[in-house]
Amino acid sequence: MLDIIAYSILNGVLYGMLLFMMSSGLTLIFGMMGVLNFAHASFYMLGAYFAYTVGLATGFWIALFLAPILVGVLGAGVERYGLRRVHQFGHVPELLFTFGLAYVIEELVALFWGTVPVPYRMPDILDFTVFTMAGLDYSAFKVFILGVSIFMFAGLWILLKKTRAGLIIQGSLSRPDMVSALGHNVPMVFTLVFAFGCALAGLGGVVGGIQFVTDPGMAFMMGPIVFVVVVLGGLGSVPGALIASLLIGILQTFFLSINFSLAGSIGTLGIESGGFFGTLWHMEATRLAPVLPYLLLVLTLIVRPRGILGKREA
Amino acid sequence: MANNTQAGSPSLLKFWPWVVIPIVALILPQIFSSGHSINLLSHMGVAIIFALSYNMLLGNTGLLSFGHAVYYGLGAYVAMHVLRSINDAGGEGLPIELLPLVGASAGLGFGIIFGSVSTRKAGVIFAMITLGLGALVHSSSLMFADFFGGEAGLFGNRTQINSLFGIDYASSVSVYYLVVVWTLIAAILIYLLRKTPLGWMANAVRDNPERAQFVGYNPTMVRFIQFALSATFAGLAGGLFVITDEIVNDEVVGQLQSGAVLLGTYIGGIGYFIGPIVGASLVTILESSLSTYTEAWVLYFGLLFISIVMFAPMGLVGVVHQQYLAWKAGGWRGNGYIRIYLLAAALIGIFGLICVIELSYHYFRSWDPSAPFVLMGVTVDATSFLPWLASFCIAIIGFGLMIFHAKPILARLTDAKSDGGNA
Repeated sequence: MLDIIAYSILNGVLYGMLLFMMSSGLTLIFGMMGVLNFAHASFYMLGAYFAYTVGLATGFWIALFLAPILVGVLGAGVERYGLRRVHQFGHVPELLFTFGLAYVIEELVALFWGTVPVPYRMPDILDFTVFTMAGLDYSAFKVFILGVSIFMFAGLWILLKKTRAGLIIQGSLSRPDMVSALGHNVPMVFTLVFAFGCALAGLGGVVGGIQFVTDPGMAFMMGPIVFVVVVLGGLGSVPGALIASLLIGILQTFFLSINFSLAGSIGTLGIESGGFFGTLWHMEATRLAPVLPYLLLVLTLIVRPRGILGKREA
Repeated sequence: MANNTQAGSPSLLKFWPWVVIPIVALILPQIFSSGHSINLLSHMGVAIIFALSYNMLLGNTGLLSFGHAVYYGLGAYVAMHVLRSINDAGGEGLPIELLPLVGASAGLGFGIIFGSVSTRKAGVIFAMITLGLGALVHSSSLMFADFFGGEAGLFGNRTQINSLFGIDYASSVSVYYLVVVWTLIAAILIYLLRKTPLGWMANAVRDNPERAQFVGYNPTMVRFIQFALSATFAGLAGGLFVITDEIVNDEVVGQLQSGAVLLGTYIGGIGYFIGPIVGASLVTILESSLSTYTEAWVLYFGLLFISIVMFAPMGLVGVVHQQYLAWKAGGWRGNGYIRIYLLAAALIGIFGLICVIELSYHYFRSWDPSAPFVLMGVTVDATSFLPWLASFCIAIIGFGLMIFHAKPILARLTDAKSDGGNA
């Protein structure tokens, strides 16, 4: 039992860190521009596909660097020629623009790479088992993902807290007009932050595409959960996104890996398995796992709209 | 959206659409008499009610919802359960004509429950709550198999139920007329609701909630009432859907359904009453007919939506209306040819783009890319260089002329004349 718990926590942390790689970019973009980027998970998907295609020519290690850069360049283009144009109409059209973009990117990916998953695999050098716990193997690639994400968090933290660029970004987060008055090119900062956020999502895709599956549905699967993380952590807060990512990662993995139902652990108490409460009472935890993030999202927005560490409401 | 808040001049002439559209709707089945097109027309009616109810939120109250299918879908499910229980009782009970009211009351009920928690804030928070509620309901639809019928869905039978007027609903034409009647009732009610003080306050809350509050209205309350009413009409559409299709599955509460109504409403134009009607009809037609012609229809759909958001946020109806106003104000005088030239150049560009997309789909998707296929009436080989070159050239020439030639000329001409309405 203890083994299973430890193993679940390890897997949950892994999943959580993957979520963090996506949500950190999204939360930065939101905090700065007030744009909830519906297409963010699409950039995650593009990261995986670019890494797959580039990797065929250059190998995984070069693709690991090249793919996020490509995604970032694409993101910059989207911001410069799409979002900035829509910005004048207000926030709702911005949201709708990214919403439509998500559809288009998914279709284009399905067009170029097909609707079936592509065989995007980990490099051979990472394809071994580091340790075995409770009869389950923990592969070196998972350790590598953890390493990449921790490296990314550290890099992001240093960038935001210790450099001048980070100072300007933080300033633009709260007072864009003032930063602009000080002579900084705020639209340029917006474009760079958007590109950077997309590149982070792309990096998530490079490793996430291997860990999960690389198919055109991956964006649609991940998209809502990333939103949950960003809202739960507090819109615009990177540390909040980290906490929320780990929380959701661990919670969901737990619900998936343990066999638990209220009826099973407490007893049926004469409640039949029928009707609304009866069904809930007999519901197994594994079946609750997909609902859990959305329940958290709705509850957060109702009870505490600024999330765990957010400073302001949307 | 300015049109929305304009007080209409009470002229009898303004009501001609209310006479013409129902007559057209009644004649249509005589022209398109195949079973497929009758079903399509019925679906259009359902989609129109749904889109109109959606626009009560987005257009009138300024609330962007990503989960409106929840009320449509739950209305459909409740109506389906009632239909099934009537079927089991041998057809005794509620007549079929009133079944949509069951959906409507279910929509109202769930609208009150979910609306009370989601309408406290507008803007992005509201959008996120509706997104969360939509995902919540959709993902729990597979958990509660008793109510949602699991993956197979639920079936009902519209012939084993009483009719108020003794009509046999086995034929899809009589179902279509039922849909027309309900669509008309819903459209009139929604139109009249816009003219009530509630409708005006909804506009005020959309444009400036603080001032609305200063006048003495509670914005949250206004949003909540609009939300509940909108959910009611969505449920009505769901109830009608049960009659037309006799099957519901978890897709009716899904995010794709919510996305489709958003797309349709916005493409039509959220600032106009007729916008959602046009948008929903167009989307329904495109969905069913375009998908038989081309694999790329979802892509066309997405591109159409993005270009509307970017270049014509007033929607298709808005574009036509603006041009009409400009024409009436004399803004077309002396530059009508340029406008037509601009439109023609745009169409040529779009034509080229469509050729490129079709070529790509054939090249990347089919088993044998070198197999000849028919593109715009010409049989071409997608692996050869020529069709690609021609398609790209057409697209570049079309858009190039539009952006670098026609547009500057038009801008120069319209700038010369004060503000004669611009394209």
